[in-house]
Amino acid sequence: MKIKSFTGMAAVAGILAVAGMAVPAHAATLDDVKSAGVIKCGINTGLAGFAFTGDDGKWTGFDVAYCRAMAAAVLGDPDKVKYVNLTGANRFPALQSGEIDVLSRNTTWTFSRDVDLGFTFVGVNYYDGQGFIGRKSLGVKSAKELDGASVCIQTGTTTEKNLADFFRVNNISYEAVPIETNSEARTAYQAERCDVYTTDASGLAATKSTFEDAEKHMVFPEIVSKEPLGPLVRQGDDQWADIARWVLNALISAEELGVTQANVEELAKGSKNPEINRMLGSEGSYAKMLGLEKNWAVNAIKADGNYAEIFEKFVGPKTPLGLERGLNALYKDGGILYSPPFR
Amino acid sequence: MSMQPFHRAQKDMLAERPPPATTTGTLGWLRENLFSNWFNTGLTLLALYLLWTIIPPFIDWAFIHADASGSTGRECTTEGACWAWLDQRIDQFLYGFYTASEYWRVNLTVILLIPALLPLLFDGIPCARQLRYFSLAYPVIAVFLLVGGIGLEAVPTSSFGGFMLNLAVGLSGIVLSLPVGILLALGRRSNLPAVRILCVMFIELVRGVPLITLLFTAAILLPMFLPENWSPDLVIRVIVVVTAFASAYMAEVIRGGLQAIPKGQYEAAQAMGLGYWQSMRLIILPQALKISIPGIVNTFIGLFKDTTLVFLIGLFDILGIARSLQQNQDWIGKVDAEGFLFTSLFFFIVCFSMSRYSLNLEKRLDTTNR
Repeated sequence: MKIKSFTGMAAVAGILAVAGMAVPAHAATLDDVKSAGVIKCGINTGLAGFAFTGDDGKWTGFDVAYCRAMAAAVLGDPDKVKYVNLTGANRFPALQSGEIDVLSRNTTWTFSRDVDLGFTFVGVNYYDGQGFIGRKSLGVKSAKELDGASVCIQTGTTTEKNLADFFRVNNISYEAVPIETNSEARTAYQAERCDVYTTDASGLAATKSTFEDAEKHMVFPEIVSKEPLGPLVRQGDDQWADIARWVLNALISAEELGVTQANVEELAKGSKNPEINRMLGSEGSYAKMLGLEKNWAVNAIKADGNYAEIFEKFVGPKTPLGLERGLNALYKDGGILYSPPFR
Repeated sequence: MSMQPFHRAQKDMLAERPPPATTTGTLGWLRENLFSNWFNTGLTLLALYLLWTIIPPFIDWAFIHADASGSTGRECTTEGACWAWLDQRIDQFLYGFYTASEYWRVNLTVILLIPALLPLLFDGIPCARQLRYFSLAYPVIAVFLLVGGIGLEAVPTSSFGGFMLNLAVGLSGIVLSLPVGILLALGRRSNLPAVRILCVMFIELVRGVPLITLLFTAAILLPMFLPENWSPDLVIRVIVVVTAFASAYMAEVIRGGLQAIPKGQYEAAQAMGLGYWQSMRLIILPQALKISIPGIVNTFIGLFKDTTLVFLIGLFDILGIARSLQQNQDWIGKVDAEGFLFTSLFFFIVCFSMSRYSLNLEKRLDTTNR
């Protein structure tokens, strides 16, 4: 997410500065993971659809599914994950200190995080962006017509700055109603303390899904910021970054190539499509190049299915979140999701 | 016409009559305490009105119109509270992610806590002397039961959670911070410069930093400085930090008690030929600790509530479990108030018991001549 309170950032910067001196770059994360027999994956402390606990106490969700795919690819068992729950403030130090091997916690890929904090983002698993929700009774069809509206915003996040930018660029005025947390904002909006509420589009959908009178509210079409969320690893271990990147690519390619949880075993024996064969290991020696077992991609896809299956299961239209694929559809379906080829 | 002087002799004592009905019993109490003058009457009526506006709707929401069945929040269709999650989630609220087949070990640990605590808390417990040995051994037994090893299945502390984690961290902190706090308080008043300066530095450093900073340091910075695979278990780090934090406060509370003891008591102890430790143990500390009881219990209660901060370093205490329930897709938006209410009930029970016990202890130890 994007909580960027000053103290939080200062603390992170300070801790990272210390860490940079104290900890040499970890090499050979793969060997560490293999010898530990478990992959340490950083996830959210709880975010609807992305990381949450079931009745059995097991972590599950869209971000968690990636951890499981990684464990399946590297260790052959999607359950060999040690989940480390992290807040917005301590996720980066945890990755830096080696407390986790990979961070899959709805983290926005930005220049400073990629370059300055010393991480490697391995791709994007969810294209998010800031949007607005408002009552239909306002009679407004677009966020650009919101002149003079009162807006509920979470304080200390990038959404606050994006909001100011959006209204300034469109030369319209607004009244900010600052709120601390998402659930408070939801309550405030429902109590009509503000006309519209703004946060990430995925969050808006989750919020709207909890309304009893959901049909009286609408999410405006404007998306005012880019929030590409994706997994990341420590900089300096290219092999590990490659594994993390290609596990994600395998899930996306699997959707494109029609490989599903149900048919992956069958296709792994060989198919007419050479790219499927290369990915699933019946042709070529791609697994060896990554340093993994031959059936790594088969295991990764078997864990929770391909990208589409994961999306449908945790955040898609049939779930309470009810998110449309939108930008997160494959490039050939009108989205921008695009995996480099297995070649 | 002669006036006979009026004589009236009361031969028998008049029978005792009850005091006016308006000064005794319920009526008297009401009049005395609630309606003694127009101002108090006004306040009473206002309070009654406020209670009337709050309590019936609350009971209606929490019980009468509540929904207690169903497996997702969408099945909670009534206006009232949604308690349908309780039967599935109660285990998580109590035990966190502890291995389900091993819950009995947590239960046993809590049950054994009773005989371990009783002889320390109350007088007149049978076999108190033998039980005290058990109290000494209890921490070892508790750790063995909870963590496992030697014949019991090992449970990693990372799966500790729920109210059990609050109890484990809170009770360890309470039990350890009192002796450490006493030593720090004595050290701060010591004549030995090295001891005094060390104690002052510890107290001021720890007290000058928010607990959350110390927790972050323990959870994130420590592993960076220590060699890999060398840093102690996270729960142990948390217990150490919470204990250190509470000890610093405890030391100051007890120092207040020490300073309230008149100088004559110290001199009397010396005059009787008692050494430093003897005079502290027999004369000074019993009096100082008695004075400090409210402050000590205050610190304990604060410490216990602070255990919820472990959520910020990725441990799931009962509050963390409540929040993770609120983020579950099946329940999102339906259980915000319910989760917090249920959690606060646990804290209220523990903190209120501590508070009542401290009142009881104060009365028991009260030696002032009334």
